[in-house]
Amino acid sequence: MTPADTLTDVAPVLELSGIHKQFAGIDALRDVRLRLYPGEIHALMGQNGAGKSTLIKVLTGVLEASGGQMRLAGQAVWPASPLAAQRLGISTVYQEVNLCPNLSVAENIFAGRYPRRGFAQGYGIAWAELNRRARELVARVGLDIDVTRLLSSFPVAVQQLVAIARAISIEAKVLILDEPTSSLDDDEVQKLFEVLRRLRGEGLAIVFVTHFLNQVYAVSDRITVLRNGGWVGEWRASELGPQALIAAMLGRELAAQSASAPASSAFDDAQPALLQAEGLGQSGQLQPVDLRVRAGEVLGLAGLLGAGRTELARLLFGLEAPDRGVLRIDGETVAFSSPADAIRHGLALCPEERKTDGIVAELSLRENIALALQARMGMRRFLSRAEQTALAERFVQAMGIKTASVDTPIGLLSGGNQQKAMIARWLATEPRLLILDEPTRGIDVAAKQEIMEQILRLAQAGMAVIFISSEMSEVVRVAHRIVVLRDRRKVGELPAGSSEDAVYELIAAEHV
Amino acid sequence: MSEKKTPLSVMRHRLAWPLLTLFLLLVVNTVFNASFLHVEWRDGHLYGSLIDILNRAAPLVLVSLGMTMVIATRGIDISVGAVVAIAAALAAWMIGGSVSAGVSRFPMPLAILAALGIALLCGLWNGLLVARVGMQPIIATLILMVAGRGIAQLITGGQIITIYYAPFFFLGSGYLLGLPFSLFIVVAVFALLYLAVARTALGLFIQAVGINPTAARVAGVQARRLIVAAYAFCGLCAGIAGLLISSNVKSADGNNAGQLLELDAILAVTLGGTALTGGRFSLVGSVIGALIIQTLTYAIYSLGVPPEINLVVKAVVVFVVMLLQSPEFRAEIAIWVRRPALRGMRP
Repeated sequence: MTPADTLTDVAPVLELSGIHKQFAGIDALRDVRLRLYPGEIHALMGQNGAGKSTLIKVLTGVLEASGGQMRLAGQAVWPASPLAAQRLGISTVYQEVNLCPNLSVAENIFAGRYPRRGFAQGYGIAWAELNRRARELVARVGLDIDVTRLLSSFPVAVQQLVAIARAISIEAKVLILDEPTSSLDDDEVQKLFEVLRRLRGEGLAIVFVTHFLNQVYAVSDRITVLRNGGWVGEWRASELGPQALIAAMLGRELAAQSASAPASSAFDDAQPALLQAEGLGQSGQLQPVDLRVRAGEVLGLAGLLGAGRTELARLLFGLEAPDRGVLRIDGETVAFSSPADAIRHGLALCPEERKTDGIVAELSLRENIALALQARMGMRRFLSRAEQTALAERFVQAMGIKTASVDTPIGLLSGGNQQKAMIARWLATEPRLLILDEPTRGIDVAAKQEIMEQILRLAQAGMAVIFISSEMSEVVRVAHRIVVLRDRRKVGELPAGSSEDAVYELIAAEHV
Repeated sequence: MSEKKTPLSVMRHRLAWPLLTLFLLLVVNTVFNASFLHVEWRDGHLYGSLIDILNRAAPLVLVSLGMTMVIATRGIDISVGAVVAIAAALAAWMIGGSVSAGVSRFPMPLAILAALGIALLCGLWNGLLVARVGMQPIIATLILMVAGRGIAQLITGGQIITIYYAPFFFLGSGYLLGLPFSLFIVVAVFALLYLAVARTALGLFIQAVGINPTAARVAGVQARRLIVAAYAFCGLCAGIAGLLISSNVKSADGNNAGQLLELDAILAVTLGGTALTGGRFSLVGSVIGALIIQTLTYAIYSLGVPPEINLVVKAVVVFVVMLLQSPEFRAEIAIWVRRPALRGMRP
């Protein structure tokens, strides 16, 4: 029996009503509601900028609401800080793992709350008890690991589960997961879902934020949708189909998926390659790879997380130095010692990690968009502020970036808008080859659609594109050719129009 | 959605608090010393406490400008004091300790170039350690901070070299158009740096590198070169400061020249509103910061604070100034003053 069936006779553990939040006179949240029942998984959905993050920050005491009411088990509460929220039993696991890699798993779980021993609840740490309790907690999230080992010795997926173990160790009543699956592969996601179901069985209310629609339906009991800071509605997951969900998020019906790749026959093998790699590799990182991209072609790089896609992109762009093989641009051998070299040859790389490798958070949107072009033009040919503004406004218009002004620090924009700005930064350099590493990760459906269409338009205009994504459906849709990687080596190439299954088969095939 | 214009909105400018601090220090000086603001024409040049402060602040302003660039790249250079000593020692040795005032060992321009050259090399060394070897800036520059004093001693042969060659004194104590010559040097360096930052992409690149070095590199900014250049420039500034100081005191003391200047420079940059975490920086702010420190030093001496406690007084004043300049602290105070009922809750 799902909680949704028992709405009438079970009291919500947490109820927010009429929540308002204003930033600098702008409504970030308007009259938003959220009800959480014990023992349910509740998906919080909305496009980028819909107010999901703001709502979660209010809920966890990071931000103070401008108005509204919050009731925890019937009691009016206002967590004044994240710590206060934790004490109330509201725990959060953020998208990026917020733990200390140089501490052991057990230390991470109990950081700040080590069990003590010795004189007067003393000065010593009860290591045996600490490790024993940590083992119990990791078992609750389905892990069987040595809790005394350093956190950094485990893969991200395990670290994510450790973060959940930490979250539930605080006798949580409400567990908030902000895009917990964005760096996990399919198996790891399934494992996470098992844990979530088990925790739901223990009576926890779980808020689940994600951009993956299929994951919503895989685990959620109910769905709350926000749009533009307002509350759209609350549904049982069984009563709101994917099309209806998207319509609720967008406020309109989704346009037919018009973007589709032209046939690969448009390119014959005699056409010279813009970029050609022969046996390009780096020991320990990537087995030698052969690769050709022609002008106007979208080359898809498919493979699971860790298959070597990002490593290949970094080698092509001069971020890492290959120790074998050759790279040719227009038939001429090149060796890039830095991204600046690659940029001079007309390459561009929109990296996977937007926050660490992409945006310069405290600089304005304008400066962020102008940065790569300015770097390409050199120090002395300075784009004046007026020129930068004109450039930025052109791309804000063209890419549909939502911002109060081009002088807004880019760190204040939503993830999807930051991503568009990163693509704009590179388009401003008018590259001949644009490498996009997971350009659609962590952004909403509508923005994804826009970015995909943009990619195809660019290719039609003669730009070569290397498109990297773990969402196979996207790769299959836009690519003229698909290069499949597995275990840091190229395992095959597929033509346009190949099905997702064909890609998966190639990935799964036993390598001889 | 324009900001509310109140008489106090001018205080939101990032330089408002440093300027207010400087103004208050000038007021304090004026209250205790009525002739503080008095400037007169004497011996063919302007004369007065303000002129004296400006002249004495010149080396600190120069070093603070260099330090600003280094800090903007997320670095720090604690070797500037030692570089001052090295440059001063080399200049003093090359000009020579001959008692006959008209003769120098090497031509003076050569001595000046050599001193600036060695300072530039020191800066390059620091920059290469940070950008190429990948050392932590504070450790990389700690090497030269410690070794530099030894190098300076080596040049001076362990002695304090007294300079008798009169033309050299012009740098640190001469006057041009009635103003200390050192001011012209400071203005020239400031103007060149300001133009480089505002009229080329240097400012944008330095900020990008300071805020997010990885992203800047991916965007094609030559981050390493910029970092090396920032340290080299900082070294050069320390070299010029070393020339001014040795010229002003007519000697070079390998042990004590520029002692603790690195800390005053870091303090000046911080007082001027540039965060030690790098990124956004303010050249004007650093100049104001340096003037604050020099004015404070002047006040401590002119108020007759006993020498044995003047460092404590300086520390207390700096502490209070830092608190007042912190927006978080002011917000906290504002709550306590205006709304006592909210005590203990967050701002």
